Amino acid sequence: MNTTIIGKKIGMTQIFNEENELVPVTVIEAGPCPVLQVKTQETDGYNAVQIGFGSRKEKNTSKAMQGHFKKAGASICSQLTEVRCEEAPEVQAGEQLTVAAFEGVAKVDIIGDTKGRGFQGVVKRYGFAGGPASHGSMFHRRGGSYGNCQWPGHVWPGKKMPGRFGNHRRTVQNLKVVKIDAEKNLILVKGSIPGANGSTVLVRGSIKRKKSA
Amino acid sequence: MNSIINEITADQLKDDRSNFKVGDGVRVHTRVREGNKERIQVFAGIVIARKGSGIHETFTVRRISFGEGVERVFPVHSPNIEKIEVDRESVTMRARMYYLRDRIGKAANKVKEKRLYEATKAAK
Repeated sequence: MNTTIIGKKIGMTQIFNEENELVPVTVIEAGPCPVLQVKTQETDGYNAVQIGFGSRKEKNTSKAMQGHFKKAGASICSQLTEVRCEEAPEVQAGEQLTVAAFEGVAKVDIIGDTKGRGFQGVVKRYGFAGGPASHGSMFHRRGGSYGNCQWPGHVWPGKKMPGRFGNHRRTVQNLKVVKIDAEKNLILVKGSIPGANGSTVLVRGSIKRKKSA
Repeated sequence: MNSIINEITADQLKDDRSNFKVGDGVRVHTRVREGNKERIQVFAGIVIARKGSGIHETFTVRRISFGEGVERVFPVHSPNIEKIEVDRESVTMRARMYYLRDRIGKAANKVKEKRLYEATKAAK
């Protein structure tokens, strides 16, 4: 099973690496994630592991969910995620997944939701060039033509237009692991990751690591 | 800034890097790696800017080398810096001495030296 744990984006900073170079890093507080349920081909029709992260008050949790956490012997989590596996998972419900699992892993993928930017025009949303600002130009930040005339008689599906931008699930692949602090449950990866500080992200061993290694 | 981030960077900060300020003439001893060998290279000049805070803090050293102005930006807490010697202290009225970039000849290195400044002040 490719280790995946849930984490919280703390923020970005810089640290000096072994070669004394200043590298930009994102700090993620990841795990410990209790395994809440193990799904297998025989029982559920597919292989997966359900993991949790964070904490929530008992009074804000339904009786049904409380029972679910109790069954796994875990405290109440605020975040739940299911991780699909190719083969039957080796872990048991009640086990804890920590950042220590990434010890010796060179690269990870980070999955998270990007910052929501609201309703935006095509210049910000799709990087359109826009028009001249002055010299009599009346075409500033518009998207231009929406298509042809009588044929096809409609706007093609997928035409880039203004709309909601951001708050999309995005994966950043092959981020180098700079440092792991198992005591504080921290993992430092090189470069930026999606989302605002404090947002929830998934940390997964890189799926392309065999090729890149 | 976030307390967790402060904790991570705290042990990388060096406490012997507060001995110089903008306007000072300094000699920066940097470690240079060539293959397996390591040697010390000295870059001497005037500190014209010091900006940022914490681990991000940098300083700019300007010198005239063979008639050509050369500037180098160092991270203040870089482990590659062996030591920073202060040759001469000065009195500045600016936080950033970018006006030195427009100066040519002798004036390019001219800053109010603290020793002389205080001597003339005392004479008055």
